[in-house]
Amino acid sequence: MTNLISKKSSETKVTEEVVENSAARSAENNPLANEKIAIEVEKLNLYYGDKQALYDIDLQIPEKKVTAFIGPSGCGKSTLLRCFNRMNDLVDIAKINGEIRMDGQNIYQPGLDVAELRRNVGMVFQKPNPFPKSIYENVAYGLRLQGINKKRTLDEVVEWALKGAALWDEVKDRLQDNALGMSGGQQQRLCIARAIAVQPEVLLLDEPASALDPISTLKIEELIHDLKKDYTIVIVTHNMQQAARVSDYTAFMYIGDLVEFDNTDKIFTNPSQKKTEDYITGRYG
Amino acid sequence: MSSNKKFFQGGQHWVWLNAGAISISIIMVVGLLLLIAVRGLSHFWPADVNTFLVQTEQGVELVMGEIHSHEEDIQDGREREQYLIKTGNRDQYGIDFRWLDLKDVSDTKIDENVVVLERREWGNLYGFIKTVTMDGQSVEPTAENLESIIERANGLHHEIRGIEAGDIGSINYDLEQLRLEQRRLELDNELTPEALADLDKQREELNQQFLSYQSGLQELYTQAKRDSAEFELVGGQTRTVNAEMMVRSFQPNAMGVFAKIGHYFSKLGEFIFDEPREANTEGGVFPAIFGTVLMVLLMSVVVTPLGVIAAVYMREYAKQGPLTRTIRIAVNNLAGVPSIVYGVFGLGFFVYFLGGSIDDLFYPEVKPAPMFGTPGLIWASLTLALLTLPVVIVSTEEGLARIPSAIREGSLALGATKFETLWKTVLPMASPAMMTGLILAVARAAGEVAPLMLVGVVKLAPTLPLDANAPFLHLERKFMHLGFHIYDVGFQSPNVEAARPLVYATALLLVLIIILLNIAAIKIRNNLREKYKSLEQ
Repeated sequence: MTNLISKKSSETKVTEEVVENSAARSAENNPLANEKIAIEVEKLNLYYGDKQALYDIDLQIPEKKVTAFIGPSGCGKSTLLRCFNRMNDLVDIAKINGEIRMDGQNIYQPGLDVAELRRNVGMVFQKPNPFPKSIYENVAYGLRLQGINKKRTLDEVVEWALKGAALWDEVKDRLQDNALGMSGGQQQRLCIARAIAVQPEVLLLDEPASALDPISTLKIEELIHDLKKDYTIVIVTHNMQQAARVSDYTAFMYIGDLVEFDNTDKIFTNPSQKKTEDYITGRYG
Repeated sequence: MSSNKKFFQGGQHWVWLNAGAISISIIMVVGLLLLIAVRGLSHFWPADVNTFLVQTEQGVELVMGEIHSHEEDIQDGREREQYLIKTGNRDQYGIDFRWLDLKDVSDTKIDENVVVLERREWGNLYGFIKTVTMDGQSVEPTAENLESIIERANGLHHEIRGIEAGDIGSINYDLEQLRLEQRRLELDNELTPEALADLDKQREELNQQFLSYQSGLQELYTQAKRDSAEFELVGGQTRTVNAEMMVRSFQPNAMGVFAKIGHYFSKLGEFIFDEPREANTEGGVFPAIFGTVLMVLLMSVVVTPLGVIAAVYMREYAKQGPLTRTIRIAVNNLAGVPSIVYGVFGLGFFVYFLGGSIDDLFYPEVKPAPMFGTPGLIWASLTLALLTLPVVIVSTEEGLARIPSAIREGSLALGATKFETLWKTVLPMASPAMMTGLILAVARAAGEVAPLMLVGVVKLAPTLPLDANAPFLHLERKFMHLGFHIYDVGFQSPNVEAARPLVYATALLLVLIIILLNIAAIKIRNNLREKYKSLEQ
């Protein structure tokens, strides 16, 4: 089905310049025509001091789908990801203009509750970073922040989140053990459980499997596949096979520019840009 | 040549250099501890009492005492061997010690019947029992009878001390509180006749109690006076000693090894758990131990939160720039300021300014005698807290800097605010570093003496800062301190020779207490480290 769509869009590409009707063009050419949009990025520029890291990014992230960001190191894909939950605020010298809208609201508008935003936009980092607490307390952390301290509620949510992260069966007998005693793959799934425990709408994954062995990676990928039923997932990855395996849509970035955004199948089989093709075929990066 | 080159290339010389440096350090530390331990601990051993037959120009003289030390020197071109003899009987001879030239000693013997009597005044008595009087009746002059009157006297002494320091002390305290209450009412113009009558009534009650205790004391004093003993000294003189002046008696020459060991530990117990006697040269050092530990604890309670809050602000909240850098350098340099300077500051700021203001504002009734406006425990603790603040700040900052940013991001990404992240995750993880700071602070504070002499330590404190009178912990009181005790006993005591072993013993005790405090803190730190071990990855 998706193949069919992508083929159609590639055929229309040839006549792109000829078609003047922009409405018809977007309906025909926009890969997201049939999707609900969760995040809208408009004219986003980001500077680290004097250095510009992102240039005029325009992007739409579809709801309850997996969107992958690929590109060579330093292309700004992690930076863009960290804009979605305003993690870049932690960098003193980072300056941002442009808009990112979620539910029609600009997340960079003044006075917005950043903690509230981050509750809605969960994030999993490159290296597993569980807190030095028990497995149980790691998952309950976000709930306790919201003032939920009732044991029964916590028990239920912890179990639900650990099941959601496909970790429950492995740890149900040692919930009070220190999380740092787990393997790397388990730690990363714990981080995912921790993120989904607060029931966010969006889940940002920043190279979640890059520090893991192949079997753990496989588990994480299966997990991503299951999670997209309930969450909008954005994943940054270095690994193109992984992007091809797990994502529905792929954005290719290059030195701060969003070069191409399309169906994953189309990006990997028939990219419209020369740069994308070069990257995918391994000519650089 | 080539083997030399090979040796240097292999880096072996560095290994040897390092090993040598470490060996020297260990030898120095062990040697120091050994020296103070041997010198200090041997003091409590009941040495044999020798009788020396000494040829002098006037003829033959008998000298009795313990051999205290032994010295060789060269005088008039010949080698001379001398003994320092502790002869005791200060009331008889004027001094406790006497040098004996070995060439003058013609005979030495050890008499089993020699009795050593420790007294509350005038130091030890060495002699023979001549008579023992019990309940005014003369009884057989045996060591057993002597011991039984001493035991009774000690019981009475204990009782008398209990009434004097405990009951009468607390009546005095209450009377003083009543006086202050009256003065306070007077100052507030609220001293109505009714209030005055009430105060007078309470005072009358206390005075009644006082009188009843007084008559009880009188009774005990008369009881204490009914026992005594007469001793014959080696020169033939006699001394009568009242039982209330006796602390203990023993016959070292007749004691077996086990008896000596028992005696040794009882002396050691006395040293640790008793109050000092005779200008601190006899008895124990308990008030000094108590003062040292209490002051260090108070200091820890003050310095830890203060240092941690300062470090958290500097590392987490303050904008990093030239100003923060300057402050950081200033804090580091504060650690290098000589401690006496802190003492002067403590005296000027804490005692006179802060303490004086507290007296003016809250305790106007105590004037003209100051309450907080005079050196005391609280000011000593605060001064030392200031002195050790840089250490805590620096190590807490290092601890905070070592927390991986991934952990902070993980917490923030879950919707935690910066403060929640700090409180729930970063601070617990930095707690081992805080403990390290505290350990260093304790080690430094417990050994510090110079500033304390200005802000609260005294040679002899009549009461402990902690007692049964509300509010129990009297922060304004002066206190005793082991470090100052060493200085006082070693250099300010009238009887330097007698005090010297006590200097070593007290030094050993101070070192042991610091080690103990440190071990406690290290144990806590290791537990915390185990709990938050992610940093070691």
